Amino acid sequence: MHKDLVRLALGERAVRRHLALCLAAAVLAGLLVLVQAEVLAGVLSGRFATSALALLALVVAVRAALGLVQGVAAGHTSTRVKSALRRRLLSRLQELGPARPASRRSGELVTLAGRGLDALDPYLSGYLPAAAVAAVVPIAVLVRLFAADLASAVIVLVTLPLIPIFGALVGMHTKAVTERQWRALSRLGGHFLDVIRGLPTLRAFGRARYQAEVIRKVADAHRSATMRTLRVAFLSSLVLELAASLSLALVAVPVGLRLLSGSLVPSTALLVLLLAPEAYLPLRNVGNKFHAAMEGVAAADETFAVLDEETAPAGRTVPNEGTVPGARTMPNGETVPAGKAVSDRRTGRPAQDGEPRGRAPEIRLENVTVRYPGRSEAALEDVSLVISPGERVALVGESGAGKSTLLHLLLGFVTPVAGRVLIDGVELVAGTAWRERLAFVPQRPHLFATSVADNIRLGSPGATVDEVRAAARASHADEFVTGLPDGYETVLGERGANLSAGQRQRVALARAFCRPSADLLLLDEPTARLDGRSEGVIVTATRHLAEGRTAVIVAHRPAMIDLADRVIRITDGRVMPAALIGGSR
Amino acid sequence: MRSMRGRLALAAAAGAAAELAGLGLIGSAAWLITRAAEQPELAALSVAIVGVRAFATSKGVLRYGERLAGHDVALRAQATTRERLYRALIPAGPLNHRGADLLSRMVDDTEAVQDLLVRCLLPAAAALVTGVAAVVLGLFLLPAAALVLLAGLVVAGVLIPAGTAAAARRWSARIAPARADQAARVADLVHGAADLAAYGAGGRALAACAEADARLAALERRQARANATATGLGALTQGLTVLAIVLVASGSGAGRVATTVLALTALVSFEPVLPMAAAGERLTGVLTALRRLREVRATPPAVTEPTAPSPLPGGPPTVEIDNLVVRHGPGRPAALDGVSLTLTPGRRVALVGPSGAGKSTLLSALMRLVEPESGTIRLNGVEIGELSSDDTRRMMTGLTQDPYVFQASLRDNLRLAGPEADEEELAEAVRRARLERWVARIGWDTVLGEDGRTVSGGQLQRLALARALLNDPPVLLLDEPAESLDEETADALMADLLDATHGHTTLLVTHRLRGLEKVDEIVVLENGAVVQRGAHRELVRVPGYYRDLWRSEALTAGR
Repeated sequence: MHKDLVRLALGERAVRRHLALCLAAAVLAGLLVLVQAEVLAGVLSGRFATSALALLALVVAVRAALGLVQGVAAGHTSTRVKSALRRRLLSRLQELGPARPASRRSGELVTLAGRGLDALDPYLSGYLPAAAVAAVVPIAVLVRLFAADLASAVIVLVTLPLIPIFGALVGMHTKAVTERQWRALSRLGGHFLDVIRGLPTLRAFGRARYQAEVIRKVADAHRSATMRTLRVAFLSSLVLELAASLSLALVAVPVGLRLLSGSLVPSTALLVLLLAPEAYLPLRNVGNKFHAAMEGVAAADETFAVLDEETAPAGRTVPNEGTVPGARTMPNGETVPAGKAVSDRRTGRPAQDGEPRGRAPEIRLENVTVRYPGRSEAALEDVSLVISPGERVALVGESGAGKSTLLHLLLGFVTPVAGRVLIDGVELVAGTAWRERLAFVPQRPHLFATSVADNIRLGSPGATVDEVRAAARASHADEFVTGLPDGYETVLGERGANLSAGQRQRVALARAFCRPSADLLLLDEPTARLDGRSEGVIVTATRHLAEGRTAVIVAHRPAMIDLADRVIRITDGRVMPAALIGGSR
Repeated sequence: MRSMRGRLALAAAAGAAAELAGLGLIGSAAWLITRAAEQPELAALSVAIVGVRAFATSKGVLRYGERLAGHDVALRAQATTRERLYRALIPAGPLNHRGADLLSRMVDDTEAVQDLLVRCLLPAAAALVTGVAAVVLGLFLLPAAALVLLAGLVVAGVLIPAGTAAAARRWSARIAPARADQAARVADLVHGAADLAAYGAGGRALAACAEADARLAALERRQARANATATGLGALTQGLTVLAIVLVASGSGAGRVATTVLALTALVSFEPVLPMAAAGERLTGVLTALRRLREVRATPPAVTEPTAPSPLPGGPPTVEIDNLVVRHGPGRPAALDGVSLTLTPGRRVALVGPSGAGKSTLLSALMRLVEPESGTIRLNGVEIGELSSDDTRRMMTGLTQDPYVFQASLRDNLRLAGPEADEEELAEAVRRARLERWVARIGWDTVLGEDGRTVSGGQLQRLALARALLNDPPVLLLDEPAESLDEETADALMADLLDATHGHTTLLVTHRLRGLEKVDEIVVLENGAVVQRGAHRELVRVPGYYRDLWRSEALTAGR
């Protein structure tokens, strides 16, 4: 029984109800087998009239109906548990925020939250009901047998525990061997995928054909190792099978002899014959479902490991959807209610051109140090700088120097361990209100598996089609979007249309344009990996976008750097003195 | 193959025998008890008593044998399938068939063969034999009851499984897109976390994901209901069949012994038959997987091998590329659009240009991984299409895009590029790839690649370079040897490399221009065509891509 999983199942009302229904139906159907055996034995021995078969028909019908109920309730249980776990996993990821350590293997998380949780199905809808039946039905059968025939009941009572005992003995004896073998198996099984993935490399060095022989040898080794394991692993089911069938023989033969001497009535004898196997069957079923269930347990363990992971990295926690205190202070000392310039942000519609936009902000960093958890060097070290309202600043420096960290700092993805970030003189509170003032174009913008239009209106969901088009025109995306099969309604992403790197950047810029309320522009190498022609288009669009806004642009290429009013060089997390930069420009 | 068939027959026979023993056990026990109630002589029961004991013992042993034989045969079948798949993949194929996800799915698909045998065919054989035996037994006792049993078994063993198979086909057609949609939403949430946070769209994306999840869950629930219906119908069929047999038997005045034996054997004969419903459902998935594997095997390779390959021309290698055009699929823009280039012995040429310009495609064409649309590549005068592609790659190979690290020791990972190399040569390759400190730290026998976490991007790149240097082909191809290294190491490595390959015919793809003054020619590719060519000192003097890149490199690196 998986503790966390059961707690989750009991915690959600709908799940609790369905799980209870599923288990109850399974147990009830199991108990009805007793009634069925009773009636059948009675009719066959002539104790009951043939009309009792009507009762048998009823029992059969009810058992079938209970089977249906059990299956439906199991479907509800497992889908609901999976949905709940998925929801928690994804909310957890949102909490951890985009600056979560890269070691958190995004691909694995996607798999875990997707297909990975499906491994819970056999556990929830197969193993748990079988376990419930195994806990109740054998005891009920035993009670009935004791009432019917003491001698047979004793035989079953004595042999029944043999199954779990032998199972445990075989299990204990083979556990170490089996575990070692399973590990070896997964390695050997993984070998094939490994070779297939590495085939281009093997081909390059003329080793592809040779490897086919290795695959055969490994498969042979894989098979003999597996068979060695299975020979032992199947022993437990051999014991189950033997215990069940031998005890039937142990019951049937003495019963027959006692009938011969007349010390037993035929109806009881038949009842014993029909009931005895039913005591063993539930245990056999649980055993058969155990292995598949263990995969589900592994998936659950992994999920709860992610959920229980330490939340906060070093430093203060970042409120992702927090709210900013109701007002912000303008540089002239005037206090602007948050609602004013933001009025149309609330409706989610971008402000129309010409509508007032908050004045471009001044950004002041005072001795800011940023450190990522688990790294010894600071990503930014004692950085102080001032970016004036409306200024366009290019950040240059080697990769890993801290340029992106500076952007993430302004985005509120990371918080300083020391120093302050002041926006118009007020300490930055990275919440919804602050992020609504931003437009961000990352190095590798993610395009979502939805329409181009929805991708562009990511930051202003209420934007009309015309506003989306206007933004696309401004970012020079309109020209290729209209050429797509369904224009702005074309679905992007893995299963949708594929865009080139330049086109993706233009969609990302259109996102920024579709947010006219933004007064701080943050761009992370928007022209990296673009050819000269695409770069020119992006630079023009960026120049246009930066008008009247404060802009911080991480840049590599001269065209983008030329666009800036000032170049700031970052080296090893530190801002280089301006004098040194003047020399290289 | 014949031994395979024998093993399969053996497994099927053991399975059927186990089920028959079960049938015999209940039949003889029922006979024993009902006959004993008539209080005959003890001798009349002795055969039944022996039968009960023999069937009881053999059932478990036979079942054990069946499971072992079945898994053995399934593993053998899977190994054969895997080997055939691998051999089909050896010739370079179309790029879009070789994504990482597709490869994982192919490997998963090879498991389907195992399921086909262990979960579909062998149980079906056992169910068939058991059913036939029960019906034949019934024919001897009471033909009318046998017909009832036959009808019940056909419903449970044929009609219901056919229904579940059809339902599985219909449901998988509806569930697969819903599942893909949900997976895409999850991927959006994870991979697009920064975009979502920056634009405050995380809540909406979470809601969209929950909606997709709800749609999938609703479909899964309906599928569960369909499967539960099949289970319920199976149990109903079993119960009603037994009931009908008792009615028919008592109606036709069969004796108590015959009625009981008929009823109980009928009850037990359903045991191997009822799981056929689940097998029918699984069969649909298995057949789909097998069809996908057949399609992969039927995909024609990217390049056609000559029927009678020419022998490799001897002498120092001269490679002449003339007006080469390569297209990655009909209707797509040309990846290489009329490129000409000559590599004479000892000459070193660098290819630069933006990503997507066609640099790696040119290397692929040289390695016979893609078929040119037009134009020629000649190796010492022989067109490489006339050579076997293995021979071509013996002449021209090196560091390719996306090098791979195998789950094997560091030594084996390196040695695959030079199986005959001695320790000294291995060490030399490692030293030239600037990997010796890492090797000294982790040791030659460390297994790499487990979970892909032991090797960083830079180390992988240098390992791949070491392989290329160890292989030492006549024409050395190097695709971005300094990729994913830090600046300092990259500079040092390029400097070493340019020294080490002096006088060696080399084609170098790079985006770093530092040190390129040492190569004989620089070719700038853009959109599949050569836009600039010449030596470094010439190219930095004229406006163009090269000079722009040179300046921005100087600016960002602070030189």
